[in-house]
Amino acid sequence: MTMFKSLRVRLSQGKQFISDVRAAKPAGFRGLPRIAEGSCPEGCEACVAACPTGAMRLDPLSIDLGRCTFCNECVLACPESKIALTPEPRMGSVAREDLVITAGADARTRVRANAGFGKLFGRSLKMRQVSAGGCNGCELELNATANVNFDLQRYGIEWVASPRHADALVISGTLTRTMKEAVHLAWDAMPEPRFVVAVGACAISGGLYDGARGVERSFLDDVIPALYVPGCPPHPLTFVNAILDLLGVA
Amino acid sequence: MTSVLVHRVASAEIETLEIGPWRSALLERARGGLRPLTLYGRRDGEQVILTVVHQDGARLVASRTSVDPAHGYHELTSELPALHCFEREIHEQHGVRIAGHPWLKPIRFEGRDQAAMASYPFYRIDGKEVHEVAVGPIHAGVIEPGSFRFTCFGEHVLHLEIHLGYQHRGVEHRLLERDPRRLAPWIETLAGDTSVAHAWAYAAAMEALVDHEIDPEIELSRAVALEWERIAMHLAGLSGLAADIGFLPGASTYGRLRTTAINTSMRLCGSRFGRGAVRPAGSGITLDDDLTAVVRDSLAVLGRDTAIIDDCFLSARSVRHRLAGVGVLAPEVATQLGTVGMVARSAGIAIDARVPASGLYEHLPIQLCTEPGGDCWARARLRIAEIEASLDWLGRVMAEPHAWGPRRSTLPSLPPSQLAIAVVEGWRGEVVHCLETDPEGALVHYKAQDPSLRNWMGLAMAVRGNDISDFPICNKSFDLSYCGNDL
Repeated sequence: MTMFKSLRVRLSQGKQFISDVRAAKPAGFRGLPRIAEGSCPEGCEACVAACPTGAMRLDPLSIDLGRCTFCNECVLACPESKIALTPEPRMGSVAREDLVITAGADARTRVRANAGFGKLFGRSLKMRQVSAGGCNGCELELNATANVNFDLQRYGIEWVASPRHADALVISGTLTRTMKEAVHLAWDAMPEPRFVVAVGACAISGGLYDGARGVERSFLDDVIPALYVPGCPPHPLTFVNAILDLLGVA
Repeated sequence: MTSVLVHRVASAEIETLEIGPWRSALLERARGGLRPLTLYGRRDGEQVILTVVHQDGARLVASRTSVDPAHGYHELTSELPALHCFEREIHEQHGVRIAGHPWLKPIRFEGRDQAAMASYPFYRIDGKEVHEVAVGPIHAGVIEPGSFRFTCFGEHVLHLEIHLGYQHRGVEHRLLERDPRRLAPWIETLAGDTSVAHAWAYAAAMEALVDHEIDPEIELSRAVALEWERIAMHLAGLSGLAADIGFLPGASTYGRLRTTAINTSMRLCGSRFGRGAVRPAGSGITLDDDLTAVVRDSLAVLGRDTAIIDDCFLSARSVRHRLAGVGVLAPEVATQLGTVGMVARSAGIAIDARVPASGLYEHLPIQLCTEPGGDCWARARLRIAEIEASLDWLGRVMAEPHAWGPRRSTLPSLPPSQLAIAVVEGWRGEVVHCLETDPEGALVHYKAQDPSLRNWMGLAMAVRGNDISDFPICNKSFDLSYCGNDL
């Protein structure tokens, strides 16, 4: 009986994997911002005032993806409709400063394949995830990278339970005082070569909780991430593409 | 009439009693069958004002007292164990002496560092064969941090002490540092897997404060987003539970069906987590003819395919054998501890903030689901039943044409000295938000309560008497929020 029911499930399941994660554009997703060329009206600060995380700067108009929560408030606030959030999920960067988007800059490559990373981890990358002050949004999306749709394992990239087995420490959350020691312990337990990936606005900049009472971010002052994955939370495709870009895979 | 439980009252009109009569009134209400939804403290000069909120049918009742923290008051937890977490929180946040309280363990170690948490004296059981197992704060999966201390006799768990606070960011304080009318992004991330429920509670409380009557179509769009969130997280929970017992068809199929659900949310509001869907006196949800077709397609896929996997999951003997009789939370314990939401309903307790129906739920009632067993099997079955109920409800909504688009309105300043309370039934259970303004109209208190705060103790009790290897499925079946507790 159970066998037939299992077969029925398999039949209903069909093929669920996204065959080309490099080209996929999630419909409806609020992703990479596009800023229209041209100057803003004199004295207009509507987008700056609307932004909850201080991601907007003027002269020239820019958005810091490391702070942006993709909440759409700037888009709605701008009287000139200069800002749009596109469904483009590929937003990762290897340099913090490259996360700042200005007019016409959305075509830039922010993650260049790194031959060193490719040689070391291109055929096998093990990642240990640590949440420290995350809201479970990033954690759910990072879990989703391993589900049947995104299937990150097809590239030899996997989540592991122990930092001792890990090459990358993937941090989500704003980093709390009460997790400071645990994050250090996890990092210290990892064999070299190793690197840190900062996932989501909270981990990259403190995000909505930058400077909040329970937050203590000194770990990321000491250890500079090799990869930044923006979002609140990032789409699984944002994460998958950033990792594949870094390793120069696919 | 709003569709969620909302109560607004001038601070001066809140029933305010001396501590003695307040205590007696609280016990009297408990004897009368009224359920306390929250109890919290707020520092006011030298005093701490304690506010308790009860639910009486579709009505919320607030009652208050004022205590000198050094003098304090005699605890209520021994008589009403459901208040244990609130009294612990009041003691932790305001230093109120709560005489005779059996266990004033901090809820979240606010303002402390990890060394303070590590040196906390756990309960000990002495005996030659008794040993302890410490787990966390980092767990073996991609999940939030928390710490568990098991006291075991062999494989048998005698006691579990849950140790939380690793996720403490300082949310409640942060909410007072920003413009109260524009808190939605923070509210959506205080427990980010139940964003819509918290955002709706916040919006409803704000709208009550400024006397804004919400458009029924906006309310309906919020309710739609809320049910998509419930479906998605119940599917995520079932997928995780199936993975934990090695039932791979369940793990992969419930997982990919969740993708369908959250991608539908993304079509409606731009976020797979319903971020931006709800704004005070506004909305971020779009629904036109094309999107209606998309939503109907998703409902059809989910209706068809959940039935197939549910049938496989529920009839597999391996599943039933692994879940039935494991992690039992007896109904009387669930009631005593004041557990809420799906944990309570899985122990046969019929509480759901969407029932008694008001507002849109009067015209479009939603099926209240309960399961009698209180075990992992009951919690899995309940989630399956609630997915079906939500799909059915969404089907009825989507049978009619609706046209929704993003709406924003600027809220006026908040009125002085008012308290607003809103309760929304999120997928875990009731989300309770209490906002109070001072005589100048500034927000002076924001109490945001996730159902996890009340349900964690239920998990500790359910694990007793089980094998330690049963803990992962017990934990997954409760599916509680760490950050929602730690705030």
